[in-house]
Amino acid sequence: MSHVETVHSLWTLAAAEAPKKIPGPHIEYVQLSPTLIVLGAALLGVLAEAFLPRGVRHRAQLGLAALGLAAAFAAVVALAAGGYASDKSHVAAMGAVAVDGPALFLQGTILLVALVAVFTFAERRLDPAADGRPVDSFAAQAAAVPGGDAEREAVAAGMVTTEVFPLVLFAVGGMLVFPAADDLLTLFVALEVFSLPLYILCGLARRQRLLSQESAVKYFLLGAFSSAFLLFGIALLYGYAGTVTYAGIADVVSGTTRVMDPALAGSTANDALLLVGVAMVLMGLLFKVGAVPFHMWTPDVYQGAPTPVTGFMAAATKVAAFGALLRLLYVVLPGMRWDWRPVMWGVAIVTMLVGAIVAVTQTDVKRLLAYSSIAHAGFILAGVIAATPDGVSSVLFYLAAYSFVTLGAFAVVTLVRDAGGEATHLSKWAGLGRRSPLVAAVFAVFLLAFAGIPLTSGFAGKFAVFKAAAQGGAAPLVIVGVLSSAIAAFFYIRVIVLMFFSEPKADGPTVAVPSPLTSSAIAIGVAVTLVLGLAPQYFLELAGQAGVFVR
Amino acid sequence: MENLIGTLVLVPLLGAGVLLCGGRRLDRAGHWIGTFAAALSFVIGVVLFADMLGRSGEDRELAATVFSWVPVGGFRADVGFQLDQLSMTFVLLITGVGSLIHLYSVGYMAHDERRRRFFGYLNLFLAAMLLLVLADNYLLLYVGWEGVGLASYLLIGFWQHKPSAATAAKKAFLVNRVGDMGLSIAIMLMFTTFGTFAFGPVLENADKAGEGRLTAIGLLLLLAACGKSAQVPLQSWLGDAMEGPTPVSALIHAATMVTAGVYLITRSGAIFDGAPDAQTAVVTVGAVTLLFGAIVGCAKDDIKKALAGSTMSQIGYMVLAAGLGPIGYPFAIMHLVTHGFFKAGLFLGAGSVMHAMNDEVDMRRYGGLRRYMPITFVTFGLGYLAIIGFPGLSGFFSKDKIIEAAFAKGGTEGWILGGAALLGAAITAYYMTRVMLLTFFGEKRWQPAPSPEEPGAEPAAETRGEGRMPHPHESPKVMTIPMIVLAAGSVLAGGLFSLNDAFLTWLEPVTGHEEGHSPVTAVQVTTATLVVLFVGVALAWAQYGRRPVPVTAPPGSLPVRIARRDLLQDDINHIVLVRGGEHLTRSLVYVDHTLVDGVVNGTAAAVGGLSGRMRRLQNGFARSYAVSMFGGAAVLIAATLLMRAV
Repeated sequence: MSHVETVHSLWTLAAAEAPKKIPGPHIEYVQLSPTLIVLGAALLGVLAEAFLPRGVRHRAQLGLAALGLAAAFAAVVALAAGGYASDKSHVAAMGAVAVDGPALFLQGTILLVALVAVFTFAERRLDPAADGRPVDSFAAQAAAVPGGDAEREAVAAGMVTTEVFPLVLFAVGGMLVFPAADDLLTLFVALEVFSLPLYILCGLARRQRLLSQESAVKYFLLGAFSSAFLLFGIALLYGYAGTVTYAGIADVVSGTTRVMDPALAGSTANDALLLVGVAMVLMGLLFKVGAVPFHMWTPDVYQGAPTPVTGFMAAATKVAAFGALLRLLYVVLPGMRWDWRPVMWGVAIVTMLVGAIVAVTQTDVKRLLAYSSIAHAGFILAGVIAATPDGVSSVLFYLAAYSFVTLGAFAVVTLVRDAGGEATHLSKWAGLGRRSPLVAAVFAVFLLAFAGIPLTSGFAGKFAVFKAAAQGGAAPLVIVGVLSSAIAAFFYIRVIVLMFFSEPKADGPTVAVPSPLTSSAIAIGVAVTLVLGLAPQYFLELAGQAGVFVR
Repeated sequence: MENLIGTLVLVPLLGAGVLLCGGRRLDRAGHWIGTFAAALSFVIGVVLFADMLGRSGEDRELAATVFSWVPVGGFRADVGFQLDQLSMTFVLLITGVGSLIHLYSVGYMAHDERRRRFFGYLNLFLAAMLLLVLADNYLLLYVGWEGVGLASYLLIGFWQHKPSAATAAKKAFLVNRVGDMGLSIAIMLMFTTFGTFAFGPVLENADKAGEGRLTAIGLLLLLAACGKSAQVPLQSWLGDAMEGPTPVSALIHAATMVTAGVYLITRSGAIFDGAPDAQTAVVTVGAVTLLFGAIVGCAKDDIKKALAGSTMSQIGYMVLAAGLGPIGYPFAIMHLVTHGFFKAGLFLGAGSVMHAMNDEVDMRRYGGLRRYMPITFVTFGLGYLAIIGFPGLSGFFSKDKIIEAAFAKGGTEGWILGGAALLGAAITAYYMTRVMLLTFFGEKRWQPAPSPEEPGAEPAAETRGEGRMPHPHESPKVMTIPMIVLAAGSVLAGGLFSLNDAFLTWLEPVTGHEEGHSPVTAVQVTTATLVVLFVGVALAWAQYGRRPVPVTAPPGSLPVRIARRDLLQDDINHIVLVRGGEHLTRSLVYVDHTLVDGVVNGTAAAVGGLSGRMRRLQNGFARSYAVSMFGGAAVLIAATLLMRAV
């Protein structure tokens, strides 16, 4: 057969066979509505940024974001009430997104946290007005060189970066999908969707812009690095299982099905691929939760990012990332529990200890809180490792409790200011309790909650997590956790002692009077902290009911 | 009738509540309210007694559960009362003697500003003591036990402005804590052994528990009894407790509270019956204390302290009898009752003398008072004859029985115990005759009233004028009538109880009774008792009756000085417990400072140092961070693979 004939026959063959229709994907729009609403609001925000006059943008963006988040939360509640959290839970969008108890619980938490965070984003009374116009925590013009002429002009022109609102909404959209992702590709896409806006947000601080930009670059570089690991891990797992869906991989792991893809015959069910792939995927997630030794970005980024962004990131990212980690370990890998548990034990122990120990010598409030968040990641990991239904519900509860404490604490940090912006050095906080008893008392409540003192949500959460871990056979982990808590209590209480039992400095910082936005954010933080501390039972039961993953 | 039992406790409790919470507006009538409450509970007691007599021996026990107190899982404690012959005896003694002493106090405390409070405490004591003897389980008994301890503490320290009274109260409280600890641990042991602490099930099942358990419980109960009843080795508080007003000494530290230990042992008879070692400990404690108290009583010049020594000694007799088991229980209680009469009478007499002598307590400054205070002399004298066991009076019947029972124990033990009891009887005769002679006979050795600097003075002395010679007079009727009634009891009770063995028959259904196999006959014992009685009286007469008594005590030989120092009880406690405790505390403080603080501070320093090193890893370079992540990932992968390999 000549070359021409071959080509011809190929043509005719192609023509002879009727072209196959690619079936349109089946999408359950209603069940995905929380994510869709948030992303829709984000798109509207972009349009608003393009078409609305500058004067009304701030108000419009805030309203849009708050409305979108509230509507999404309402959708989550409606779905949960409709039974999607329990008996009707299933995997939507062609196996890409799970709609089940943990997903809805975490999405609800993320949305509430984001809603409160948006309030702190919109705060415009703390920074002294620039040329008579109120400004927020974000740079006048992000692209301008710090300290350069362009920046001065932008400030003089009263420019503000209202793009932060759509950016937050995009990040929230990614975070909503992240813990619900039911295949590895969706997981990766969601990760990038929420990471990229965060990288940008980190670099947008109005004050100390160099530090802010440095943190953004570091976060981006290291985030990209970890994404590479994650992606490589996904590839290896695909090689192992011949599929990227959680359920499919789980089946191969447990040996119930063998994929008959001849192209992958050489690699299917090769345990080396599985183990290396799992380790790499885990690493990608551990990076996001800030577990040791993938935590190094945390202090630098938390310190450099605008404080409202730090609060949002510390709270919401942790919720989303732990949600994804839970789903991965409980849905994909229960069959290889004996492989991942010892490794995760090690990670949890190192995380708790390093976070607590290094925090002891910190002198900056934001870095202190960063290390504290590392230690808390360790505590939550202890609950994750329990590998029991109680473990899931305790982690859910802990995440909800912890995120509001964190948000509130960072919101208080934005209030304590001196001429250079926020006064984050601890020495400046000395005697704060004498000058501003209320602010100091509120911060003390958050610190006590971090320390896990009874009658605060921190205690209820820590107790639930440690109890689950102990019942799950991880008693040594609990012992390390309690010891770390003891170390951690030292530096939390030290701040309280500093605030209430030291003489105020003559040139100490002032406490700015915030608008109702930040005030309400802090008030919500205190309220949730106390309610979850005083009467945790209802919420523990809620988390308990939401603790079953769909497969 | 069952419902009346609760009111026995409730009436004085209400009285105490009204008096203590009522405030000053009750100052004028407070003492009569208190006395009325006491008298009312006595009337209720008599009604219950009459009712009880109307039934036959085995059906006399009444029980009433008021409410479920602590229902926690398998743990169940009720507030329940049990009124049997034993409790009934105590109820009548407590409310009867208690009412008389309330009446007496109306006169005795007439000039005290805080009289209302005093009567409130007395009522509180009555309520607690009645609760103690009426409880149907050990836990509720413990409540009463602590309640009488509290009342005792409050009343010993009633004149709290005197440092000696405040210290004495504290001492009594602390020493009693030791005993209370024994009782609480005994109750816990009972619960673990029997699963309950109600009298019924515990005592019925006592024989099923191992002897080791029973011995442990018995010894702990003995410890409790030692604390409350001032038995060796926890006797040291009773002498100092005489700092309290004299009616308190009469009621609490002679007639009722201090006999609670005897009640406890008798009530727990079934436990001791199954634990011979514990019984041996009980009789040993009793025998030692009866001699100890008697010897101390010989050496004291303070009339109340001499009587306190006597109390200790007489309770020693009761404990000895209780330790003998069923052959002794009824006689322990019988002596307890007769002792309640004559010792309360003696204390009230002493109070009357002090009242007349400007609150002087030193007997060497009395003398010849019989002509000035005839009623006091006669009543005190009858009490004296009763306690030394003069034939026909109360003490003769009850003490004689105990001595007989001690011999009946049998063997060497019986001879030792009987001998000790006889010796005690001789010493009793000696020191009581001494008290009698020093106070009512001989020359007048009166001295001007103590000046206010001297700590022994009661505040009432000021109103009577110090620095003047006393001019003794008979006490008012409100004080003499109780003394007369008690004297009548001292004379008659023993005889009535022994008529046809009435008391024995009455108590037997509760305590049981056995006749011992005595190596000596009852006649022999009685004869021996009378001989030693005569010897004791004669000795005292030779020393204090024939010769004039010096106003200041002679220095005395070494044994006398030791006896004056209460046989060195406080010195021994100081050396063994106080010094030992101080050493222990110091060494613990040292350990705390060096070891505990060292570990704590060392840990803190170590964490701080580690923290300083580790934060250097956080050097700010993204490349270092990436290396850390890469290393971490490598370790993670290696570890995962390794886990599969092993």
